[in-house]
Amino acid sequence: MKILAYLSIGAKGEMLDISDDLLEQKLLEMGCTPGEQFEVVRKAPFGGPIAILISSYVLSIRKEDAMSIKVKLLENE
Amino acid sequence: MSSKTLKIALAGNPNSGKTTLFNALTGLKQKVGNYPGITVEKKTGKAILSEKILAEIIDLPGTYSLFPKSMDEQVAQQTICNNDNEDYPDITVVIADSTNLRRSIFLLTQIIDLNMVVVLALNMVDIATKKGIVIDVNLLSRELGIPVVAINARQGKGIVSLKEIIINSIDAKPKSPFLEVDKLFKGVIEQANKIRGVENNFASFMALCKQKLSGEIDYRCALNQLSKKEEIIPERAQAKETVKRYAQIDKVINSTVKKGSPIGKYMLTKKIDDVLIHPILGYVVFLSILFLLFQAVFSWSAYPMELIDVLFTNLQQFTADSMPKGMLNDLVVNGILAGLGGIVIFVPQIAFLFAFIAFLEDTGYMARVSFITDKLLRGVGLNGRSIIPLLSGAACAVPAIMSARTISSWKERLITIMVTPLMSCSARLPVYTLIISLVIPADEFLGFNLQGLVMMVFYLIGFVSAIVIAFLMKFIIKSKGESYYIMEMPSYKIPDWKTVLYTIIEKVKVFLFDAGKIIIAISIVLWVLSSFAPGKKFEQIEQKWAGIENAEMQISSEKLEHSYAGIIGKSIEPAIKPLGFDWKIGISLLTSFAAREVFVGTMSTIYSVGDDDIRSIQKRLADVKRQDGERFFTPAVGISLMLFYAFAMQCMSTLAIVYRETNHIKWPIIQFLYMGVMAYLSSFIAFQLLS
Ligand SMILES: Nc1nc2c(ncn2[C@@H]2O[C@H](COP(=O)(O)OP(=O)(O)OP(=O)(O)O)[C@@H](O)[C@H]2O)c(=O)[nH]1
Ligand SMILES: [Mg+2]
Repeated sequence: MKILAYLSIGAKGEMLDISDDLLEQKLLEMGCTPGEQFEVVRKAPFGGPIAILISSYVLSIRKEDAMSIKVKLLENE
Repeated sequence: MSSKTLKIALAGNPNSGKTTLFNALTGLKQKVGNYPGITVEKKTGKAILSEKILAEIIDLPGTYSLFPKSMDEQVAQQTICNNDNEDYPDITVVIADSTNLRRSIFLLTQIIDLNMVVVLALNMVDIATKKGIVIDVNLLSRELGIPVVAINARQGKGIVSLKEIIINSIDAKPKSPFLEVDKLFKGVIEQANKIRGVENNFASFMALCKQKLSGEIDYRCALNQLSKKEEIIPERAQAKETVKRYAQIDKVINSTVKKGSPIGKYMLTKKIDDVLIHPILGYVVFLSILFLLFQAVFSWSAYPMELIDVLFTNLQQFTADSMPKGMLNDLVVNGILAGLGGIVIFVPQIAFLFAFIAFLEDTGYMARVSFITDKLLRGVGLNGRSIIPLLSGAACAVPAIMSARTISSWKERLITIMVTPLMSCSARLPVYTLIISLVIPADEFLGFNLQGLVMMVFYLIGFVSAIVIAFLMKFIIKSKGESYYIMEMPSYKIPDWKTVLYTIIEKVKVFLFDAGKIIIAISIVLWVLSSFAPGKKFEQIEQKWAGIENAEMQISSEKLEHSYAGIIGKSIEPAIKPLGFDWKIGISLLTSFAAREVFVGTMSTIYSVGDDDIRSIQKRLADVKRQDGERFFTPAVGISLMLFYAFAMQCMSTLAIVYRETNHIKWPIIQFLYMGVMAYLSSFIAFQLLS
């Protein structure tokens, strides 16, 4: 188990659980359901937001919020 | 009457093309653009579905679910879900982005579960096809139990079949819900149904999760007791429902959609993003784009402006010569035409400005700017999403302030609303241009047009002061709710040139006609006020100078000073003298409270009255002399005047919209006051230091 905020660009993983309730609600309805695969595609400078490719679209969230997102790292193909 | 008006709501995820479809159906020209959150309020229009059937189409803000998190989403949710809503639809058309079907269907199935008449329009099939995504439309329709049609809203393809399908599905409610939500919460939903007296599982679930539905007053108490007894925590319950729903959606998607290779097709957008949101290059590009904008607005538009100037001066001369001499001639030439000429000349600048903004909005760049500025903006109490109101504030604060609706945290939204009017809007452009051309030499500076640079500095002053004030407000305004930044980054699109063109035409029209109307009215009033005086003052002046040769200049300037306009201006002169302004500028400041761009028209009218030469406002003002014979418009006066316009809240429409959006008279008043104080102090300091 890893924390999304710490993954580097290019890392692929699978959503596990989001510990912040409101954030979880918001992200779930945007398709970040447990088991959904994603790739970290972008990180804004100075600790700004990060962007992940999930469900065939790019979603950006704050790094701080990504701290409460638990993920499973997938082996690189 | 055999015709019947159907109410059709267009719902869907943000940026799925709802407004594009709305425009195609109604022939209207509502704003579209390539980032989530363009539409923030309901818009309605009429469409003819068939000879017999007229429909009222309702365009809604985008939303991801029926559980709204921000004000724009709430507008959409209330329209679709609340029977009491005035626009509650007979049929809901859900517009889905075909390249993003999984997420689009999520909202769709929630609406199905409300047991409403729904049609699914699969939009952007052109892009889906390019990405190699194949959707089995018939199978999808069977799986979901509702009609499905593929369309391309941008090119108007599939609209005819969409209309047919809509007509055929009037009254065709879905046969069964998509998700059996009652099975997830054993017995609770049935009890909620009973309390509400309505047999609708999903609606009752929504009500249990504290959503406002019709008849709420009657059942809210009982329902709250129920959820307490059954230990229903809305967030948890929704999470459970969402996960289950997606699980079921994934089954449908797997059987009906053949995916292209998502990562491969993301390549082009990725390559562009490598530059545009590069840690260093990203900011360089952003600043260069802004810089280019100012150079364009300033240098490129200089030529058409000159042309308009010549045309208008000729028109004025022609009118003056061809109309019989007298009062009316004077009113038309020196009142109306002078006022209008002052404003028409700025059309090229306005067009360039809006072209640029429309281009940026339709490519998908705005979401990137928001991405790279969130960190900075959050530090000062704003949100990455605030950059969109701030940037579009460069066009006009009114729609900009409304677009702050997409910011879910009230505090961040309020601060955004409070500081957006500090951004230099297009109405300030004529004021800046006029004064810059008067007091700044048209030299080159490091190879750049110096006047353009000064213009950019004033835009920067607007932006920096917005940031500083936001930072101060962060400590003053008490916090309410948490702050998130969750935003979809759309893939880049080639802008729809038609859209860009229409935007320009539309904005120029508004600028000309809205401002034009006010300017004509004010010019007439001003002309009257400055052509008449109380009592026999004018006769006295004429007698005083009678017999003295070449005294026309003195006579007309003395007349103006003693006219009604002069009296009003003189009475406020003491207050603005420390800023370097005389009573004529004072009058222009007053009229600017109707709208800033009126300044130029007013100056133009006021300086024309009694001046027989016909020439452009720039040339006229350049010749204005002080008592000691020196030029009146010194850099000190000019800079002071521009600073005043940079900060002062001289826009009734903005104040009205701030009142509407914040729902409290307190906020527009605070805004008016703090901006006024800033304007006065900065002008005062600048004038005293520079002169
Ligand atoms: N290629 C293509 N682009 C489309 C199509 N329909 C819409 N667009 C583009 O998609 C973008 C979003 O369109 P809008 O109509 O503003 O989307 P919306 O759903 O109203 O968005 P919000 O108001 O933000 O919720 C614009 O750039 C449109 O030009 C389509 O069928 N094909
Ligand atoms: Mg829209």
